[in-house]
Amino acid sequence: MHMSEQNNPQPEASLAAGDWTPDMIRAEVNALKHKPGALLPILHAIQDRVGYIPEGAVPIVAELMQQTRAEVHGVISFYHYFRTRPVGSHVLQVCRAEACQARGGRELERHIQTRLGVAYQGTTSDNEFTLEPVYCLGNCACGPSISVNNEVHGRMTPQKFDRLTDTLTTTVLELK
Amino acid sequence: MTTIYVPCDTTALSLGADQVARQIQQRADQQGVEIQLVRNGSRGLFWLEPLVEVDTGQGRVAYGPVVPEQVTELLESGLLAGQPGHPLYLGPIEQHPYLQRQQRLTFARIGITDPLSLADYQAHDGFAGLEKAARLTPQQIVDEVKASGLRGRGGAAFPAGIKWQTVLDEPAGQQKYVVCNADEGDSGTFADRLVMECDPYMLIEGMAIAGLAVGATQGYIYVRSEYQLSQRMLDEAILRAEAAGYLGDDVCGSGQTFHLEVRLGAGAYICGEETSLLESLEGKRGLVRSKPPLPAIEGLFGQPTVVNNVLSLAAVPYILDKGGNAYAEYGMGRSLGTLAIQLAGNIKQGGLIEMAFGVTLREILEDFGGGSFTGRPMRAVQVGGPLMAYMPASQWDTPMDYEAFAALGAGIGHGGVVVFDDTVDMGEQARFAMEFCTVESCGKCTPCRIGSVRGVEVIDRIRAGDNRDDNLVLLAELCETMVDGSLCAMGGMTPFPVQSVMKHFPEDLMARPAPVEA
Ligand SMILES: Cc1cc2nc3c(=O)[nH]c(=O)nc-3n(C[C@H](O)[C@H](O)[C@H](O)COP(=O)(O)O)c2cc1C
Ligand code: SF4
Ligand code: FES
Repeated sequence: MHMSEQNNPQPEASLAAGDWTPDMIRAEVNALKHKPGALLPILHAIQDRVGYIPEGAVPIVAELMQQTRAEVHGVISFYHYFRTRPVGSHVLQVCRAEACQARGGRELERHIQTRLGVAYQGTTSDNEFTLEPVYCLGNCACGPSISVNNEVHGRMTPQKFDRLTDTLTTTVLELK
Repeated sequence: MTTIYVPCDTTALSLGADQVARQIQQRADQQGVEIQLVRNGSRGLFWLEPLVEVDTGQGRVAYGPVVPEQVTELLESGLLAGQPGHPLYLGPIEQHPYLQRQQRLTFARIGITDPLSLADYQAHDGFAGLEKAARLTPQQIVDEVKASGLRGRGGAAFPAGIKWQTVLDEPAGQQKYVVCNADEGDSGTFADRLVMECDPYMLIEGMAIAGLAVGATQGYIYVRSEYQLSQRMLDEAILRAEAAGYLGDDVCGSGQTFHLEVRLGAGAYICGEETSLLESLEGKRGLVRSKPPLPAIEGLFGQPTVVNNVLSLAAVPYILDKGGNAYAEYGMGRSLGTLAIQLAGNIKQGGLIEMAFGVTLREILEDFGGGSFTGRPMRAVQVGGPLMAYMPASQWDTPMDYEAFAALGAGIGHGGVVVFDDTVDMGEQARFAMEFCTVESCGKCTPCRIGSVRGVEVIDRIRAGDNRDDNLVLLAELCETMVDGSLCAMGGMTPFPVQSVMKHFPEDLMARPAPVEA
């Protein structure tokens, strides 16, 4: 069964700020708006497609959903998962919760911030990594855990992390 | 032909299971050995993941934990023939003491089957409960759940049968819903995830039974956004169950309709609280509603709604198949049936342990866990998630029973057990409890929203040695205000871990030499 292969589609690296069109947003909204309580599925669809939810998408969503812009904004800002700014090529989430803390999560967290030179919500200057905090990835017996583009990596150590980021950035260079 | 099993749950994948599977297939091809490679679920023996099993026709023997770099040497030492000899060889896996000691009623199939194979599911009692339910009246189904004594596994331990009765008693002919709470936000928990990734039909079956019981035609599974693999597994399983007639317009020949849809959360811990979850499902901010009205009466879109945790619903197929009384034979006092204990954090042998209520915490930590991962003495254990107390060693002989834990001011919650060794700084843990609340509060009430911010500040001052005694009094008062003045358990229980640190680990609230980091 191929479900296990961790090959989730992730926002393409080429999609930076501005790489969306109103028609694209309209298409996503129209595909889902018939659903009861459709706003979250719609916001997910936009973020999956563009990589974040552009400011300019808000009035389009609001109009088609017959809601105010403030309402749509309010929903986006309530949820940590929704982003309103473009992200780097890789989204890196570090688990900050207790079970990972108990296995050296705090040290790992410090190492990652130092190594990448960014704080949470920051994107590295080469645009490779965006760093986000996360509170539990459900991998709590094999921590500390991080996720890279929604793929979980367990029993993480500073050394393993450095190897992982090296591999990720090398691959990207080769593709260019 | 030899069958090789390589698990496909998040934990196995997080440790390289896909690579292991690919390499085994490649090497077998190179050697011209024909194998059948099955991606099974995990058995929940997480310290052994990736756990590779081999069946040459004489039962399944296992090797683990297998890192990708070891595949070559394992094959050279006869893995494809299931041979012993290699240090990773574990023997017949079903005789492993970690599994032998358990009482797996709900998790009877995990790790054994291919999660998406309907044939596997059916061959292991799958859909037997739903087939029975399809021939019963709604009241008979609800009575069976009542007889089981099943209490909600999401944290509040409310009797499931009574909740279902309330929804059933609401006038028929109106839209009713079954909502599965798969937000699993507590650190240290992964049992919901295991159900969804490793035995998704069990959850589907449980929800379909709930639908028949209360007269609901639509169900939603609200999955946290961190669990996208769960979402994909469920989406596929729902399609297949529909095609096979277990969902849809005529569930199992009952003539009843039940449709099921998965919805993704968006990274908000509070959306695990049931009314916040319902707001979120309606497409709104996840602000907690005041109760009453109960969701059972005015729930999703204002309609009568059963909201149950994944594990509550996953227990139902067994209950319908084997009878409520069979389930109620397990457990103690008013905590009947089995509990999915999730052993996590700084522990040598972490994983899923399904046992009848009544097993002591110490048995879990020592007999199953084998002590800390680091080999240092264990010092504190947080049972039941981030809103529950830290328990010192003097409390570890407590049986896992809702009432016994409540009597200590502790709780079982969703069954997570997070272990810390003696290097833990409990002052930092207390601070984190408050910090977590500042991040995750829905913001509706002041004691929670502002109180938690003040809590972090006061703990920082205490740890800096600034007016320690006065600030400890202030912290105690602040905790009381939050407990008494919060609308929901987020603000109302955040003080519990803090108070437990003040009570059981006061030495860690002395001034720290180094300043605290933000
Ligand atoms: C802050 C907070 C978070 C919660 N998180 C969850 C959760 O992640 N999963 C869950 O099933 N219940 C959670 N609950 C409990 C739910 O509100 C509710 O009691 C439960 O979904 C009912 O299902 P049950 O009776 O089957 O346990 C949470 C409660 C609170 C106050
Ligand atoms: S206690 Fe906190 S999370 Fe709960 S309703 Fe109040 S502000 Fe929201
Ligand atoms: S606490 Fe980090 S994965 Fe659960």
